[in-house]
Amino acid sequence: MEKQFIENFKETLEIEGRELYLTDKFRDYSEWDSLAYLSVVAMLDEEYSVIVETADFKKLITINDLIEEVKKRK
Amino acid sequence: MAFLKFKNVGITAMAGAVPKTVINNYEYTENFPADQVKDIVDKVGIFERRFVDKDTCSSDLCFAAAEKLVNDNKINREEIDLLVFISQTPDYRMPATSVILQSRLGLSNNTIAFDINLGCSAFIYGLSVVYGLMQTQNIRKALILDGETRSRIYSPKDRNTAFLFGDGGIAALIERKDYFGDSWFSLNSDGSREDLIKIKAGGYRNPSSCETVKEKVVDEYGNIRSDEHGYMNGGDVFNFVIREIPTDFKNILKFAGFEKEQLDYYIFHQANIFINNYLAKKLKLDKAKIPSTIHKFGNTSSVSVPLTMISELKTNLIESKTILLSAFGVGMTWASAIVKMHDCKISDIVEV
Repeated sequence: MEKQFIENFKETLEIEGRELYLTDKFRDYSEWDSLAYLSVVAMLDEEYSVIVETADFKKLITINDLIEEVKKRK
Repeated sequence: MAFLKFKNVGITAMAGAVPKTVINNYEYTENFPADQVKDIVDKVGIFERRFVDKDTCSSDLCFAAAEKLVNDNKINREEIDLLVFISQTPDYRMPATSVILQSRLGLSNNTIAFDINLGCSAFIYGLSVVYGLMQTQNIRKALILDGETRSRIYSPKDRNTAFLFGDGGIAALIERKDYFGDSWFSLNSDGSREDLIKIKAGGYRNPSSCETVKEKVVDEYGNIRSDEHGYMNGGDVFNFVIREIPTDFKNILKFAGFEKEQLDYYIFHQANIFINNYLAKKLKLDKAKIPSTIHKFGNTSSVSVPLTMISELKTNLIESKTILLSAFGVGMTWASAIVKMHDCKISDIVEV
């Protein structure tokens, strides 16, 4: 699942030509902004049928945190 | 379950009015650097909006639309028995703006007139109220006036909302005709999410004071607004849309007994292109059936659904069509309807 999630995440943020790692703090990516956030929210719903409210999302820091949250809510 | 069904009532004429002042969003750079602005504008898909000047209210836009509608269709003003004004930007806290418009439009003192304050879903709510009253048989013609001047609500220094909203007003004439047949409505509310879109001060819970009009930095991004400006928690509004709107879309189809392919148009509230693209994709809709005005008028709250019909379907609603309306927003409230259009006369948009 990790590998697929990273692929989905890359595609959502339109990141090309570099690797992403589980420990990356995704808010540090230059592609990250409020609309990237909405795109990730849509991706979580479409790919994993998971809805994460803003207050909970704020606590997620790394890509791995996102994956754990999805696992928890599925 | 708030599903409603009406018989033989429909919209027979529509007219719209927008301010003549065009805001080019790429050039709306007084408060933010041009490259940031371009980024936001490209993503929300709103390139132009219309802003009123300081002397123009929602009611003035609606008045212009109503005059156009009455004159173009040679409507006898004596026959208008009901006037409903829909807005969250009324002229005054009292009296109701609908009553002022009754007199301004030269309607009889026997006219039923009242306001509906609800937000983005309000045109559909208002339509259901008027369709309901029309079932009594004694109302000959009803006028829905729906106007918003959202440009006056939001802070231009808050990038969450600065590039989204525009102004507009519409008039819609409702009449009983046997050829309309059935129409179906689904109306919903969730006040537990009242804080997602809100103006905190200026009502009676938090009355206006020197404190409420003070502009403050409100977050780590340096966005600035006062408690009398509107704010929006865009992330959770989007979560709300994901959770509720596709379900409501399916519910109204089921209630009315339609497959989505049988409908001629789907008219969604024009929130931003991001949300509208999401809904089209999620619901697997044919994009050719989704008229859009988000690029040129922005988000005009409750006006966006009828304004999109007026702007994009001018000659398309003469022949019989079955259309779905869906709108959602502040409250939160959300509503959808399936209505028949037939011989609907749509006037050219007036600039005020």
